[in-house]
Amino acid sequence: MHQVGEVPVLDLGGVLLVSIQVELLDDTVLALQQDLTERVAETGARGVIIDISSVDIVDSFLARALRDIAAATEVLAARTVLVGMRPAVAITLVELGLTLPGMTTALSVERGLELLDTRLDENYPTRQG
Amino acid sequence: MIIAAHGEAGARLRDFLDRRRDDIIGSWVETGFFGEAAGDAAADVRADCENVLTALSHVVETGNLHDPAAEPFQEIRALLGGLAAQQARQGNTAAQITANLTWLKEPVLRLWLDEQPEGQQRTEDVLALSAALDTLRLVVMETAVTEGADIIAHQQQQLAEMSTPIIKLWKGVLAVPLIGTLDSMRSQAATESLLQAIVDQQAQVAILDITGVPAVDTMVAQHLLKTAMAARLMGAECIISGIRPQIAQTMVQLGIDLGEVATRASLSDALAYALNRVGLSVTPAQRG
Repeated sequence: MHQVGEVPVLDLGGVLLVSIQVELLDDTVLALQQDLTERVAETGARGVIIDISSVDIVDSFLARALRDIAAATEVLAARTVLVGMRPAVAITLVELGLTLPGMTTALSVERGLELLDTRLDENYPTRQG
Repeated sequence: MIIAAHGEAGARLRDFLDRRRDDIIGSWVETGFFGEAAGDAAADVRADCENVLTALSHVVETGNLHDPAAEPFQEIRALLGGLAAQQARQGNTAAQITANLTWLKEPVLRLWLDEQPEGQQRTEDVLALSAALDTLRLVVMETAVTEGADIIAHQQQQLAEMSTPIIKLWKGVLAVPLIGTLDSMRSQAATESLLQAIVDQQAQVAILDITGVPAVDTMVAQHLLKTAMAARLMGAECIISGIRPQIAQTMVQLGIDLGEVATRASLSDALAYALNRVGLSVTPAQRG
């Protein structure tokens, strides 16, 4: 049995939703990274949405972890969408040169779901489907 | 040496200033500092002179000759500020304005020297009067400079306000017409308000229109790229439009690469592209 991390992962039927509400410590991030990859493999989800609209600070560690999560889920045939980044966070990341190339982003969870539904259906057919 | 008029000397000087009030004001009015040149009513000019002279005699009495922040000077600061501003509007610099005040000193000292017998006391009193008048000059200089700083701050704010309008072109499509030279501060303000507007209106596409930007160098390109990157991180797409042919050539010569950011020659091309991105198309209306 694996221990579910401090960040809850919701299964919306084919799409995993992670809403980050707590302050992220490095350990939490690592736990989330492992938890998410395992859940994707278990459920065969075609998409992961990470909602960071409550996050004030994204440092280089978290930025790298997010990139790693995206890359790992990609290997497992699930597209990761990062949604709801705040303007201040976006500006800081750009100033730090952490532009997260290749990462799919969306304005809100709703938009993220639309994106997974419309654009990625053909490229990422669900294993259940 | 610090000249301080205390007690007796202070009272003597104050008495002199009060007694010869009319003579002093008479000669001050002629200097033009108090606004006669600006065409103010003679009564107003006289009243201003009297206020300044009153403040001066208070300062002399207290003996606080070297402190521009002295209480009596504080009281006439607004008045002096107004006078200085008037002169500044006529195109005089702070140095010229204070130079005008030199003419206030001469008549006062002359009157004092004329009526007092020669001696050590007369010399010391003249120095004290002179010190007080110099401090008055400092106060005017200070107010004149503050006045200028206020104007600059006000204009900067006006400039900042007008430089960053965010326009909603369509549901989910924003445009920012950038105008004038983009320095770090202005482009940062533009970026911040654009990103906030993207969140507020849930806009998927933002068009940065640089038709009004006279020249694009590596710095400006860097700013544009950063804005586009930040918007992308938030889940919106940026389009740069209004790139004139010469600017396109300059950008190539400078080796500026806008990477994956979409660019269009005109705002209308960018709008067509943006509408396409949000899943809309423009078709000719079917008529009759």
